[in-house]
Amino acid sequence: MTTANEVVNGAGAPKVSYASDQEVRWCPGCGDYSILKQVETVLKEKGRPKEEIVFISGIGCSSRFPYYLDTYGMHSIHGRAPAIVSGLRSVRPDLSVWMITGDGDALSIGGNHLIHLLRRNVNVNVLLFNNEIYGLTKGQYSPTSPEGAVTRSTPMGSVDHPFNPLALCKGADATFIARGMDRDVKHLREMLLRADAHRGTSLLEIYQNCNVFNDGAFEVFTEKATKAANTLFVEHGQPLVYAGGTRGIKLDGFTPVAVDLTDGTHSVNDLWVHDERDSFKASLLVRIFDDPRKEGALPRPFGVFFVADRPTHEAKLNAQMALAREQKGEGDLDALLRGEQTWTIA
Amino acid sequence: MSQSTPAVKTVEQREQVVILFAGDSGDGIQLTGSQFTENNALFGNDVSTFPNFPAEIRAPQGTLAGVSGFQLHFGSVELYTPGDQCDVLVVMNAAALKANLAKLKQGGIIIANADGFDTKNLRLAGYPEAANPIADGSLQNYVLHTMDVTKMTRAALEGTPLGMKEKDRCKNMFVLGFINWMYSRTLERTEGFIRRKFAKRPDLLEANIKVLQAGYNYGDTSETFTTRYEVLPAPMPKGTYRNITGNQGTALGLVAAARKAGLDLFYGSYPITPASDILHELSRHKNFGVKTFQAEDEIAAICSAIGASYGGALGVTASSGPGIALKTEAMGLAVMLEIPLVIVNVQRGGPSTGLPTKTEQADLWQAVFGRNGEAPIPVLAASSPTDCFEVVYEAARIAVEHMTPVIFLSDGYIANGAEPWRFPQAQDLQPITPPFAQPRTDADAGPFLPYARDEKGVRPWAVPGMKGLQHRIGGIEKEDGTGNISYDPKNHERMVGLRAEKVRRIADSLPPMDLAHGPESGDLLIIGWGSTFGAIRTATLELLEEGHSVSHLHIRYLFPFRKELGTILKRFKRVLVPEMNSGQLRQLLRAEFLVDAQGLNKIQGLPFTSTEIRQRAEQELQLINAHTA
Repeated sequence: MTTANEVVNGAGAPKVSYASDQEVRWCPGCGDYSILKQVETVLKEKGRPKEEIVFISGIGCSSRFPYYLDTYGMHSIHGRAPAIVSGLRSVRPDLSVWMITGDGDALSIGGNHLIHLLRRNVNVNVLLFNNEIYGLTKGQYSPTSPEGAVTRSTPMGSVDHPFNPLALCKGADATFIARGMDRDVKHLREMLLRADAHRGTSLLEIYQNCNVFNDGAFEVFTEKATKAANTLFVEHGQPLVYAGGTRGIKLDGFTPVAVDLTDGTHSVNDLWVHDERDSFKASLLVRIFDDPRKEGALPRPFGVFFVADRPTHEAKLNAQMALAREQKGEGDLDALLRGEQTWTIA
Repeated sequence: MSQSTPAVKTVEQREQVVILFAGDSGDGIQLTGSQFTENNALFGNDVSTFPNFPAEIRAPQGTLAGVSGFQLHFGSVELYTPGDQCDVLVVMNAAALKANLAKLKQGGIIIANADGFDTKNLRLAGYPEAANPIADGSLQNYVLHTMDVTKMTRAALEGTPLGMKEKDRCKNMFVLGFINWMYSRTLERTEGFIRRKFAKRPDLLEANIKVLQAGYNYGDTSETFTTRYEVLPAPMPKGTYRNITGNQGTALGLVAAARKAGLDLFYGSYPITPASDILHELSRHKNFGVKTFQAEDEIAAICSAIGASYGGALGVTASSGPGIALKTEAMGLAVMLEIPLVIVNVQRGGPSTGLPTKTEQADLWQAVFGRNGEAPIPVLAASSPTDCFEVVYEAARIAVEHMTPVIFLSDGYIANGAEPWRFPQAQDLQPITPPFAQPRTDADAGPFLPYARDEKGVRPWAVPGMKGLQHRIGGIEKEDGTGNISYDPKNHERMVGLRAEKVRRIADSLPPMDLAHGPESGDLLIIGWGSTFGAIRTATLELLEEGHSVSHLHIRYLFPFRKELGTILKRFKRVLVPEMNSGQLRQLLRAEFLVDAQGLNKIQGLPFTSTEIRQRAEQELQLINAHTA
């Protein structure tokens, strides 16, 4: 059995286009364009035959994604892509499957399916486009909109506490958790490659700017002037440094604390060294989720937070299928219809 | 064992017997009933059963709410129902008697477990102070036998290391042994069953067999019982038979269809009464390429099945009314995707949670109409436990060959009921041919058109992995041919029409429609669908015997209707539609064929008796006679 992760790009394979003939119809300036371009780049780089790739989406702006790629694709119904993926994967472990979803699709209407996809560890690359707003329905608050968000459905500000998506996924025992952003394409490309290489459910949250209904929601993380001080790019085996190496995060017991590396009080050796295989530390890392507008906020982490090896749902299912055939032999339909006890009327 | 000489027993023959086992839901009544059923079926009797149990797993002991029943009709003649009234009532306690006495014929036999009629049980059953039906003579119109089942079970197990609780759990084996004696059956098969069931618990194995034999020997030695009965084999069509419930038939039909179509079967489902047994059965057949998926909810169940069909398997989901309601949106998606999907609804009493363990056929409108937009889905219904196999097979054939979701309706009555099945040979099953698209090469000109249609209006099934056939589909309206998103008004109207036409044309390829019984034209036509078949058939045969002009038509294809249905309806003076709902098929017939169909409606969570249908049919016949006189 081959899986998406095992397929190696044939060296020197002709570079084919993975774009479909359909005109891309997101709003001009939408962050989705950048994500589409990086996904295309990654597909090209991996060079897997187009017919072996499937994109499944739910409903929302991001869910139009499958139409723009010349692969197999299904634009399904709101929130249900994880369930469709689970069925597809159960019968087709040979394909490369990607799931495109948004903050409303994955965390609101489809929240139940998402957590079960993660606990089962179905082998799929989940790209969760988080723009903290409902775009397709024109500007209502989403389950990731911050408290107090003034939107078309919350003129006095949202009273709902938002989800921390990656903490939710960690709670559901996801085996791959990462965060990227539409504006940092080089990092995004790397995250996509890592997600694709993981066997199991790869959950990649992508901060994506909705320039029509929620413009600038992530600008503190994406704009040059503020990016360095407010973002923390984690790398396996490396200490948590940010702000151009002038600041870092150390662990004070179980509490992450930001420290200055220039005033002589702390050195790199005092810092938390990222270990993406450490489940307990990953649970702390996903919890670094401060509101950047608040004084003393910790920087928002990006990168691969956590990776674990756990057999996929379909691998376990197919192992049972193989075992059943080994123990009972290939099913004999006549024997099944006959059952255990019969009588004959002559 | 007793050393006394067995009393002389006479043996009387019976053509058919209806026996109702009743007791607490923890008394093992369902097991007792189904084991005695198997024994009679293997002997060659025709059998028909009706298990009837409470929704609670362990309702309060001794109360009316906790009574579980298993009705068995067996005979040396062909049988079509579990019987209107009982000849024998076996009751394990006072509540079981109180709940079921009305079903016993005058003069019928009551076999009562005396221990179940102590003060506490009598009070729990709601008998007045000092009243005890098995001691106060109030049952004088019946033949009453009492026996101390608990005491004799314990006595049989004296000296075994089992605790009192475990000993008492063997009570039902005493009853089963005794009933087998009473109807002149042997215990071999039941003993074999016990050996398999308790293979890992030798102590329980031995205890159950001991008590089973004690019950049998009690019949032989007790002087109370002087008569045994014998029910000869039924003159059924030649062939080899097995016993099967409707849910088993459904499961096997799905496995067979997938096998004949050369597809893997994927079954996505969320547990719900009374459909769960299909999941249990299918999960045992992994060596047939059957993959079962217990989803997180009903929506995920159908969506996973859609995903599996998209991947080239036969996707199936099943539920009962409330779960089907949750699947509605995804059914619409399957209509738009035009991929194979079988949706099984084992109907139960509704609305909402309704009566989970009781039967009803009130989801017909839900099946035919219950979606947003115009989303036609073929609807088929099974009429008996064995028919479940045939009809779900046909549903799967239509789903695959016509690239459409199909709804298969069963109900709690036939799902749990059992009857003998002259099972088919695999080679005789109708072939199923998936309309797979042909992979393309670079030399093929023009783009692949996922929604190009053949003469039946069916699109090709292009499965991921097929070279050159990459395409995108979804729930948004699609452009004719290409499947690309289209908001063009005329295109939408054309696509709505094309989808409807595809479903309509399914009826074109079906064999002609036959009446179940009776003349081709005449006075009264009784039309049924689903599990009312047996009761209508019995009533029709009786009326025909008496010389009335009555015919029975049973509808398997509820949507779309067969073309000739309209002409058949017009050949009768009156049309009667018995249904376990308020008249859902009747309305469809009236709307489609402008026929003045009359209804006989029962919504009590219970199947029709043939007497109820017969009496109503007689009224119709009187009206016809009055009119012609």
